Amino acid sequence: MHANRVTFGVVVFPGSNCDHDTYYVCKKILGQDAVFLWHKDEDLRGVDAVILPGGFSYGDYLRCGAIARFSPIMKQVGRFALEGGTVLGICNGFQILLEAGLLPGVLLRNTSLRFVCRRARLRVENAGTRFTSLFTPGESVSFPVAHGDGNYFTDPETLERLNARGQIVFRYANDQGEVTPEANPNGSLENVAGVINEEGNVLGMMPHPERASDPVLGMTDGQRLFRSMIEWCIINVRGERQEVAQCQT
Amino acid sequence: MYHSRVRVTLRPSILDPQGKAVEHAIENLDVGPVSHVRIGKYVEFLVDEQEEDAARRATEAVCRKLLANPVMEDFSYELTRV
Repeated sequence: MHANRVTFGVVVFPGSNCDHDTYYVCKKILGQDAVFLWHKDEDLRGVDAVILPGGFSYGDYLRCGAIARFSPIMKQVGRFALEGGTVLGICNGFQILLEAGLLPGVLLRNTSLRFVCRRARLRVENAGTRFTSLFTPGESVSFPVAHGDGNYFTDPETLERLNARGQIVFRYANDQGEVTPEANPNGSLENVAGVINEEGNVLGMMPHPERASDPVLGMTDGQRLFRSMIEWCIINVRGERQEVAQCQT
Repeated sequence: MYHSRVRVTLRPSILDPQGKAVEHAIENLDVGPVSHVRIGKYVEFLVDEQEEDAARRATEAVCRKLLANPVMEDFSYELTRV
């Protein structure tokens, strides 16, 4: 443990397939500490932030994320989230957060019925969160998407509430950064690509920031999402711990 | 012991692109006017309870907590004593 580094916990479910990419980005690209958390683990080993990575947990049986939410580790993730801990769900991780009730709504099958795998442009709708503080409001960024069930849906009242409270953090946009129906890869309501909870500590998103972080892959916008989280954790989690340590000595 | 047969269906307000795709395929069968195709799930299981009420409660709990997501799905079920 290091005062200026944070520890990411990357949860591994049977069928996760972006876990190693995420771990690699946290550790090698961002120079932070990272640990894998097995789905059967019953404690979070003191991590500063939890990431639910992409993949096909439990083969997407029943509904995407429906089985994973009952994994032992999810009890701890739920508790961590309720206590204000930082939780990021990417792609299948987003689906799991929705099934677990940590975020509102569902992800339906893409309206095209096709698996989409391509680079998407996103407009940053809320740059005031602990996940997006290093972006500028309305900025257009480039992240890859790769999913068959990314069609975000919720009832009209919830959608209105999400809009009113700035909980829609990312929307699919075109190259000019305009949110248009043509730019929507999956049919999601109002081009929603990422949603945050009311308290602002749990973010779920379909696009993959971990695939937009290593310069070798040609995209680096994703780094700023992780760096925002790191900055927040160093100030708020680590700062607090140092104070506690000083009081104790 | 009771045999539960559960049907999980998409709520009417939810678009069903899979159902639409099947509907288009049915059109090619040339069997007449078929429309409003919707795809759902069928799940069956045994509940080891003596009383029907208890079996009903168990079945509904399974449906509510796991088999159906209330945001997008409804469920119905039948119980048979076995």
